[in-house]
Amino acid sequence: MITMEMLEKIRKEHRPILEERLLKEGKVIIKGNEIVLKGDYYKKQYRIALKNCGIINPGDIRDYIAMDGYAALANILRDKQPKEVIDDMKASNLRGRGGAGFPTGRKWEESFKKSSDKKYFICNADEGDPGAFMDRSILENDPHAVLEGMAIGGYAVGSDQGFIYVRAEYPTAVASLEKAIAEAKEYGLLGENILGTGFNFDIELRLGSGAFVCGEGTALMESIEGKRGMPRKKPPRTSHVGLWQKPTILNNVETLANVPVIMNRGVEWFRSIGTERSPGTKVFALVGKVVNAGLVEVPMGTSLREIIYDIGGGVQDGKVLKAVQTGGPSGGCIPASLIETPVDFESLDKIGSIMGSGGMVVMDENTCMVDIARFFLEFTVDESCGKCTPCRIGNKRMLEILTSMTDGTAEEREISELKELAEIIEDTSLCGLGQTSPNPVLSTMRYFYEEYEAHVLDRICPSGVCKSLLKYNILDNCIGCRKCAKVCPTSCISGKVKEVHVIDQDRCIKCGACYDACPSEAITIG
Amino acid sequence: MEFMFDKEKNKEKIERFRQIIQDHKETKGALMPVLQGAQEIFGYLPAEMLQLISEELDIPLSEIYGVATFYSQFSFIPKGENIISICLGTACYVKGAQDILEDFEKLLGIKAGQTTGDMKFSISSTRCIGDCSMAPVVTVNEDIYPRLKKEQVKEIILKYGGEIK
Ligand SMILES: Cc1cc2nc3c(=O)[nH]c(=O)nc-3n(C[C@H](O)[C@H](O)[C@H](O)COP(=O)(O)O)c2cc1C
Ligand code: SF4
Ligand code: SF4
Ligand code: FES
Repeated sequence: MITMEMLEKIRKEHRPILEERLLKEGKVIIKGNEIVLKGDYYKKQYRIALKNCGIINPGDIRDYIAMDGYAALANILRDKQPKEVIDDMKASNLRGRGGAGFPTGRKWEESFKKSSDKKYFICNADEGDPGAFMDRSILENDPHAVLEGMAIGGYAVGSDQGFIYVRAEYPTAVASLEKAIAEAKEYGLLGENILGTGFNFDIELRLGSGAFVCGEGTALMESIEGKRGMPRKKPPRTSHVGLWQKPTILNNVETLANVPVIMNRGVEWFRSIGTERSPGTKVFALVGKVVNAGLVEVPMGTSLREIIYDIGGGVQDGKVLKAVQTGGPSGGCIPASLIETPVDFESLDKIGSIMGSGGMVVMDENTCMVDIARFFLEFTVDESCGKCTPCRIGNKRMLEILTSMTDGTAEEREISELKELAEIIEDTSLCGLGQTSPNPVLSTMRYFYEEYEAHVLDRICPSGVCKSLLKYNILDNCIGCRKCAKVCPTSCISGKVKEVHVIDQDRCIKCGACYDACPSEAITIG
Repeated sequence: MEFMFDKEKNKEKIERFRQIIQDHKETKGALMPVLQGAQEIFGYLPAEMLQLISEELDIPLSEIYGVATFYSQFSFIPKGENIISICLGTACYVKGAQDILEDFEKLLGIKAGQTTGDMKFSISSTRCIGDCSMAPVVTVNEDIYPRLKKEQVKEIILKYGGEIK
């Protein structure tokens, strides 16, 4: 167990060792007190939540300490009352990075004010949003930042017991957290009488078992209690009545990783980054048809264009940008024409999408928007907990309609029915999963209505994705090699050797085998 | 598919599992960690072990089934020797993961969620394993295959001792 003085001593002694190692590896630039990763990809980024990722060895607590780790916790325990910590958090206006953007300080205050014999502090490390992996990166590469954030939060609200709910699909993150918790306990930075100040705070790991809805706060608590992860009715708020009916705070991984940095560098500094109403930075998982896929941390308010083109290097294979999907299954598709939009909570909301956890999927001309809406609905239907009717049945009906559209069997009236269903489900579902599940449908209908019309009225898929709507044709440059006829499983291609072949459209099952087999690019999909 | 849980053959595993139950007896919300332990040790949740949990933790069997069926990581049938798992998260999907899944299904002659007759392969689909920048991603047991191309599907099956149908 170490004291405050020893913590400082470790920091001073270990920093030069860390710097020397990093310089030897040659992947960082050291400017005074700052260490940043080298390379163009990082030049335009501003790293707060990811500041230690790729720099420290997550398995060595001294590396974290050398990067000012546990300094915020130590200073707070020595100098500040819980109320002051909460006031700082409120003044920083840090907004939750897990989806809804609720101000962290205000949430903490709710729990702080509620008196109780026991309070819990949970870190939501479920990261269910497919296509997002920033939390995983923080957990694996900088686990102590999360532990320190939780301990500060625990002190502020008056909790001595923390839980980290982490998905079982992230075994490396689980191992990294286990190691970090053990090391922090050994150093006396977690557990009983932290740094000799009398403050107790312990952290336990709980594994998620593959249910997306368990990322939702109340469902997550049910799951820790050993039940099906089904959302509870709100109010009461979980900051009043949460885990085992006790006041409980739930914060996202990225949110918590911001906390020690804000406490170290000050509220003013934090508020000078980002926008007035969304201060700080946000980490995005830039994926899909983009040249440089990866995590990107930028100040709030950075435009989509800067993220996708300046940092991401633009669309792959020289293709044209069609849309950007943000916010995962709860979010929407933003058309290429709105690429100058700044990304912050308000601006995205205004154009019918959301920040969500920061997934950002780049889509090119070969992505079909109706198919993407169907894809997200399939996800929602799979993941709905089934507790309430609009979500359980409504989403299923939406999926049926979207499937018939991509199959080419939908009728015209179904376009308006789809929209009506979407609006009702949005208004009447119990939890955030159902309330936001129509977003991918509504946003694609808003910006890509003509694609819906093409699928339903003309029975064509303009992007060439929906198989049932495709037509394979053989052009005049067919050399008559018979390769296509040989592979066709339904023997529906006819023609003599060295003559142009023909496909019997009625019998074609659109398997694409002929297309793959043709040596002279004579077969087209249209 | 018929299968039997052989108590004799699994003796050692059962002992290990009993220990897990003991370790969690005092834990609040013990059911989940205990089920996770069973899934890890046996590769699925044998009915006999659910019975054991019910007795030891004093939770009705119906409630245990209610919980176990809710979470997608739990399985009630043994999985094949090699588990091929195709990510169908958004990043992987827009990069053609669906086609890759269909290729595996075609070549192994089973659908996602099924196991081959010789118990050699199971196919499953997952939602995002967090390697999205390397989409499309397929895992076989613990091995990760990033940026997978359709041409590699055959190779992978052969590599794990499969025959192409
Ligand atoms: C269906 C659903 C899934 C969610 N999944 C997650 C998740 O995986 N991780 C997360 O941090 N928040 C998730 N959330 C948001 C949480 O409910 C909660 O708002 C968040 O964890 C609060 O932390 P923050 O204030 O720090 O953002 C989800 C919400 C819903 C409705
Ligand atoms: S909206 Fe869906 S996930 Fe949420 S409680 Fe209702 S059924 Fe469950
Ligand atoms: S797409 Fe398949 S079924 Fe249709 S013509 Fe080509 S090979 Fe035959
Ligand atoms: S979407 Fe496949 S790894 Fe994330």
